[in-house]
Amino acid sequence: MSKTIRLKKGLDIRLVGEAEKVTANAPISDFYAVKPSDFHGMTPKMVVKPGEKVKAGTVIFFDKYNEQIKYASPVSGEVTEVVRGEKRRILEVRIKADSEMQYEEGRSMDPASMSSEEVKSVILSSGLWPMIKQRPLDIVANPDNDPKAIFISAFDSAPLAPDYDFVLHGQSEYFQKGLDVISKLTKGKVHLGMNGSTRHDEAFTGAKGVVQDKFVGKHPVGNVGTQIHHVDPINKNEFVWVINPQDVMIIGRYFAEGKFDLTKLVALTGSEVKTPKYYRVISGATVKSIVDGGLNDGENRIISGNVLTGENIGQDGFIGFYDNQITVIPEGNEMKFFLTKGWLGLGFDKFSNSRLFPTFLTPNKKFRLDTNTNGEERGFVVTGEMEKVFPFDIYPMQLIKASMTNDIDLMESLGIYEVAPEDFALCEYVCTSKIEIQEEIRKGLDLIKKECL
Amino acid sequence: MKFLEKKVKSMEPIFAKGGKLEKLHYVYDGLATFLFTPATTTKRGAHIRDGVDLKRTMFIVVMALVPALLFGMYNTGHWHMVAESGNMDLPYLNDFGAKLLYGLIKVLPMVVVSYAVGLGVEFIFCTIKGHPIHEGFLVSGMLIPLVMPVEVPLWMVAVATIFAVVIGKEVFGGTGMNILNVALTARAFLFFAYPTSMSGDKVWMGGQEADGFSGATFLGDAASLVSDSPTVDGATGLMDKFSAMDSFIGIIPGSIGETSVIACLIGAVILIATGVGSLRVMLSFALGGLGMGYLFNLIGPGLGNEYMQIPAYMHLLVGGFAFGAIFMATDPVTAAQTATGKIWYGVFGGMLAVMIRVLNPAYPEGVMLAILFMNVMAPLIDHYVVQVNINRRLKRLKTA
Repeated sequence: MSKTIRLKKGLDIRLVGEAEKVTANAPISDFYAVKPSDFHGMTPKMVVKPGEKVKAGTVIFFDKYNEQIKYASPVSGEVTEVVRGEKRRILEVRIKADSEMQYEEGRSMDPASMSSEEVKSVILSSGLWPMIKQRPLDIVANPDNDPKAIFISAFDSAPLAPDYDFVLHGQSEYFQKGLDVISKLTKGKVHLGMNGSTRHDEAFTGAKGVVQDKFVGKHPVGNVGTQIHHVDPINKNEFVWVINPQDVMIIGRYFAEGKFDLTKLVALTGSEVKTPKYYRVISGATVKSIVDGGLNDGENRIISGNVLTGENIGQDGFIGFYDNQITVIPEGNEMKFFLTKGWLGLGFDKFSNSRLFPTFLTPNKKFRLDTNTNGEERGFVVTGEMEKVFPFDIYPMQLIKASMTNDIDLMESLGIYEVAPEDFALCEYVCTSKIEIQEEIRKGLDLIKKECL
Repeated sequence: MKFLEKKVKSMEPIFAKGGKLEKLHYVYDGLATFLFTPATTTKRGAHIRDGVDLKRTMFIVVMALVPALLFGMYNTGHWHMVAESGNMDLPYLNDFGAKLLYGLIKVLPMVVVSYAVGLGVEFIFCTIKGHPIHEGFLVSGMLIPLVMPVEVPLWMVAVATIFAVVIGKEVFGGTGMNILNVALTARAFLFFAYPTSMSGDKVWMGGQEADGFSGATFLGDAASLVSDSPTVDGATGLMDKFSAMDSFIGIIPGSIGETSVIACLIGAVILIATGVGSLRVMLSFALGGLGMGYLFNLIGPGLGNEYMQIPAYMHLLVGGFAFGAIFMATDPVTAAQTATGKIWYGVFGGMLAVMIRVLNPAYPEGVMLAILFMNVMAPLIDHYVVQVNINRRLKRLKTA
């Protein structure tokens, strides 16, 4: 067992609405969607047309610039609509589900007896490949690369994040099978990042064929990017693949059962959810199927993912491909008088990492935060605040500025290859000047992708 | 507050694009966002945001300056009465109300002029450039009068403020983009443009008319030590004339806000407790000054230089050292931005301040010039600090 890595920097934002460890079966959703926007930078090429019948596992589009990466329908039914946005960009492919699920034909396979090329081609053709993402760039992994390692974080430290010990409880067999499959994809090691301050479920503690690294600290300690940085940092021209533990289980289940089954547990969380708990859903379901009637009154924002990195999917949106969590928080689109709730108020209702608000006086209080930016965007003024929540050996503000100014050389030398936008989520949260830092980092990564990789 | 909210909202269309007063949109915006934190919500990325914003941050700095401002007013009144009566030993706490009132009458107009002119310039620039008003000047506007001698005419305050805001800040793109500390730019401008109003014996006491009465400061007398006609008898004579305790409390003539180390320290406690000011910069600045002072103490006797022989700690107590270290050097925009860089920045700044004082008597107060110089050097310091990180990454690549 390797030693425990302790991180001092970080921030746990204490929010109301953690999911109770109870599972409910979500009512079968009428509609499902696959959203190309979940896969950053991918241009889809449609295979099916509206009106066509598909099964669960039928390929509906593939990556125009890497045709071996295929994207499949999560359910059987009829493709009803291809929703397009500006410049006819495809936003969503909607599928009306059958009442009786039909699966593409498949068979049970034993990864141990397969070569790594065979494993790769099975995952690619099944439509499960997009679950594997790569660093640098934080995009779907390019199967032609040779990753030096694969990282899986066994815990999520984001606000109100799902507990993977609960999610994978009783799924040890599938999870192990998934690990066996995944480990075929690299000549290097498969790392499983464990939380050093809790006792993990047997699914993780009993995992074989992986290196178990232990981490203790505050968010973003559970981010796989943080873990990579402290275990085996990425240099230029190196690739690391990452995958979510629940997706490992789904891949394992596919190899065990031969069935394209994207059923997973999703935590419904947030202050505006009456009874936050876990739901068993099929990936891509409408969010309505689980939130309907279960929310507090008022204008709410429904986020697929967590409050720091998730996407606002609106009231009729679909659960994101990578998301294991839905968060519902109140909108903050109201003016706030400066002396009461505004910038000069006492601020017991605000959560701040600075000592300009009395948050530090109530270390156990949980907060109900809204989406107000609590101030206007400004130039960078305050220094040192990002460094407190950024546990990397990287200068965050300097890297952000390099990214804003499109300085590729500087970005490279400051460590752009090691980071993903989500690693900067807390920097964005604490930023006094309210700059959209994740977006800036994403633009920087896009430029790097275009120019350097 | 519903009434006010309605009022503010109802006025919005007038200033919005296409409205009657659209040109003044950012003026409206500045005032409206002062009264109400706007209804802006997050769009993508982090959906929730920290409660902190620039307005609150700047407000704390202004609050931290209040002790220095109040003390400065009273001190102004006191030295006015000293000059009037010609009695250097006037009890400090006598005529409390009268002194404070005099100080108020003298200082308040300077504060008003500084804010009015500075904000005026900002509003004009925001309107021309089409960007929202930033809060930076809330602090600069308070700092400018506090670093001025009380006898500076109001028009000079106005001219200096215009120069500082335009040349010091707006030409670089506004708050957050400036290289030099705005308030110090104002002071430096006056120092070089109107030297007789900024230094010497006559400027520190309000309404000083009695001929032959010397209102010399510690630094003025100290600088004379290395001139042909010293006004005091060596370092010991200087230390006999001025008490360290008086300097610490602030019962000395000097720029309005700078005299009291205690008042500055109260501000420092506020800044450090809230995390707005950098303890790193303040401490390293003080240590740098102290170290340089000791160094001079060591080599002074050998060189026969009397100025070098004044106790090192006195440098921290007199002139604008404490004020500069706490409120000026810590300006996050113009200071070094990396944690390690802040230490170097502070140490060099402190050393330089004492060095200028001692080695160049033409500029009795070295703190202002030292900080301005370090403002310019800060990016260079950061560059080398960041380069260490870059080299570490390169090395990893080679060993990998």
